[in-house]
Amino acid sequence: MTDEHRTPVSLSGLPANDPHLQPAARNPQLVERVISVCFIVGTLCIAGFGACYWIDAQAWKLGATLGGGLLFLGIGIVAWGKYLMPRGPFVEERHTLANSEADRQAFAAAIVERGGGVVQRRKLLGKLLGGGMGIFGIVAMFPLLRSLGPLPKTTMQHTDWRSGSYVVDQSGRRVQVGDLAVGSIETVFPEGTENSDRGQAVDQTVLIRVSNEAFTTMKGRETWAPHGYVAYSKVCTHLGCPVGLYEQELQLLVCPCHQSMFNVTNGAVPQFGPAPRPLPQLPLYVDSSGYLRSQSGYHEAVGPGFWERS
Amino acid sequence: MSDVIDTKRAKKQALGPYGRVGQTLDELDDRLGLARGGRTFMDKIFPDHWSFMLGEIALYSFLILMVTGVFLTLYFIPSSAIVTYHGSYAPLDGQKMTQAFASTVNLSFAVRGGLLMRQMHHWACDIFVGAIVIHMARVFFTGAFRKPRELNWIVGSTLLILAIVNGFLGYSLPDDLVSGTGIRIAYSIILSVPLVGTYLAFFIFGGNFPGTAIIPRFFILHCLIVPLIIIGLVSVHLFLLVRQKHTQFPGNGRTEKNVVGSPMFPVFMAKTTGFLFIVGGITALLGAFAQVNPIWQFGPYDAARISYAVQPDWYMGFLDGALRIWPSWSFHSWGYTIPFEVLIPAVVLPGLIFNLVFVWPMLERKFTKDNEIHHLLDRPSNRPKRTAAGVTMLSFLGMLFIASSTDVLAKFFNLSLNTVLVSMRYLTVIVPILAYPITYRICHEIQALHGGGRRKTPNVVTRSSEGEYSATPSPRYVDDVPSHLEATPVPTYIHEDPEESGDGGVRVVDR
Repeated sequence: MTDEHRTPVSLSGLPANDPHLQPAARNPQLVERVISVCFIVGTLCIAGFGACYWIDAQAWKLGATLGGGLLFLGIGIVAWGKYLMPRGPFVEERHTLANSEADRQAFAAAIVERGGGVVQRRKLLGKLLGGGMGIFGIVAMFPLLRSLGPLPKTTMQHTDWRSGSYVVDQSGRRVQVGDLAVGSIETVFPEGTENSDRGQAVDQTVLIRVSNEAFTTMKGRETWAPHGYVAYSKVCTHLGCPVGLYEQELQLLVCPCHQSMFNVTNGAVPQFGPAPRPLPQLPLYVDSSGYLRSQSGYHEAVGPGFWERS
Repeated sequence: MSDVIDTKRAKKQALGPYGRVGQTLDELDDRLGLARGGRTFMDKIFPDHWSFMLGEIALYSFLILMVTGVFLTLYFIPSSAIVTYHGSYAPLDGQKMTQAFASTVNLSFAVRGGLLMRQMHHWACDIFVGAIVIHMARVFFTGAFRKPRELNWIVGSTLLILAIVNGFLGYSLPDDLVSGTGIRIAYSIILSVPLVGTYLAFFIFGGNFPGTAIIPRFFILHCLIVPLIIIGLVSVHLFLLVRQKHTQFPGNGRTEKNVVGSPMFPVFMAKTTGFLFIVGGITALLGAFAQVNPIWQFGPYDAARISYAVQPDWYMGFLDGALRIWPSWSFHSWGYTIPFEVLIPAVVLPGLIFNLVFVWPMLERKFTKDNEIHHLLDRPSNRPKRTAAGVTMLSFLGMLFIASSTDVLAKFFNLSLNTVLVSMRYLTVIVPILAYPITYRICHEIQALHGGGRRKTPNVVTRSSEGEYSATPSPRYVDDVPSHLEATPVPTYIHEDPEESGDGGVRVVDR
């Protein structure tokens, strides 16, 4: 390619006194002084930042000096560009991005005729290769996904609460029938899971003593709350936050994330908010030594909804 | 002695008129052919309107994110292994926590400058997402997304999604009580997807919640994969901007066929470099004086505990608000559950919103049947329908954002949660519906105003000795406004002596 084929470069000159080249400021000397002050203060701040870092000063001093330094330097540089550099306005031509019809046709022809022609003539090869690549894509995805985690199977459907599990608090101490006063609440776990991630996330249960006598939250749950001990899953049925707030006067369990409220005395039926289902209740009994234990696991999956939740 | 001076002069002359700089440039041009493109790039014109700097805020806060983020990666340990804390922050001494949390507390208190870097990183992220949203609003309301820039609109919208996603990932890394609750909610949202939700959640988290895989996985996503995609897309964004050139507002000699403003070098370069410093400075000052995300006050994550008033970073607010006010409609039949109470506000709704954003340029082209190339921007009031649609969307998102603090509002106004929630449900529907006709009306009113939106020159009112008043335009604003000058191409040469240059006109030289 020789230079003759190139369009000539336009070189333009302007005299130094051309109005476009004058600074935008009406009083450039003043602006220059202000910018000098900005640069000096900025430099001092940055030096101060260095000093603060050296003596290991508090974070706010580091930030103040660094921020002040950058801010003053920045304001100075912007002011230099805005007020002391040629004010213009300058113009640039805009060329149409679209090429000529001939260029477009040549481009399309190169792709369709040359490339397409090759494929058209070897249809079978094209199909075979396409199929191979497609299967490769699908197969490549499967082991990648499967390597990332185990299959859910039925792990979502049940917790570690079993028939006869001891109810323990966060420190692993077994809860006895006299431990909680009426109106008290405790977060409990099936014994042995209180320190595990899964125990924390899935098995967490709120134990509330609502009265001194056996309490019935719902028809068919007459034996579930001995001595007034009611136990509900602590995992919110909306999005799984721990339902951690207990409004004793209204007998409500409140989820702090999205304010779902569950009625403690009425089978934890949602009374307000976006939660769709009651918190599952854990049936309890008191054994001969006075320890609280679970009659069985939860009768349904705890926590938020998912497809396989029956 | 004079010999030495002569040699110096001879050497200087041998270097050519532009000295060592010129020689270096020649050497580069010999090898890379830089001269022509380099000069074109120096002459690239940037419009002077202030609204064009909003994208720069986003770009520079992203730079700050990368610099502060690299610093943080040197000290953060992405591990769910449990350790007992014995660091310099006494209130947490002896507590069990994950290494992720412990190392975050350590880099805040034991690493010199660590706390400032962490604070700046968090603030820069909030500014980053905010600047993208405002920049996008500018592009939307002025019609800068129209043909030929639809592609760049889509790239920009993708960048917004990536910024939000990466913000959430980074927010989750310290594994504190508040962010851990956020991850729990994210897990439940993934679960809500019909058919594959449980599998997706298990593959992403490596099993049932919480597992030990999520912190290292989020770490690699947050620090490598998402930033790489962002860097790639920002490059595409800027390349398209240079290739298609800037849009500009009409008036003062600005047409569809030109761009009027300041040249890349040195004017824009000075302004934009200074602006980088200013954004950095403000971020540092925010980091110094405004505490953000003090995780040591929340404590380490524990799935069975929760802190009061859990709220995400501001850019996740609209999602949280939607989850709060959407009713508890769940589908349950034939042994299967579709948790609509989560699926619709947290999956379907954001999907619809972002899809609408993506296809808007095409939708508008279809409805207006306007297939022309546009380089001149619209004044928002001259496009009442588009402006009203944009305000409707923003007010809808705004109401969802407000709804994410129903508990705070109830406490502040001393109302029951129920009242606040029900009113937010109504307001989220009513406010956007009202916003459309009101905005439409205001646009028409502005159009009807004479000279609306143009800055008026101040008048000087004088009283004559007879007591007669007269008003004349202030001379200050008349003699000296650059817009009175016709725009000129960026000069290649500046002649110190006006005599020498003749008329200063354009010479065309063959090379």
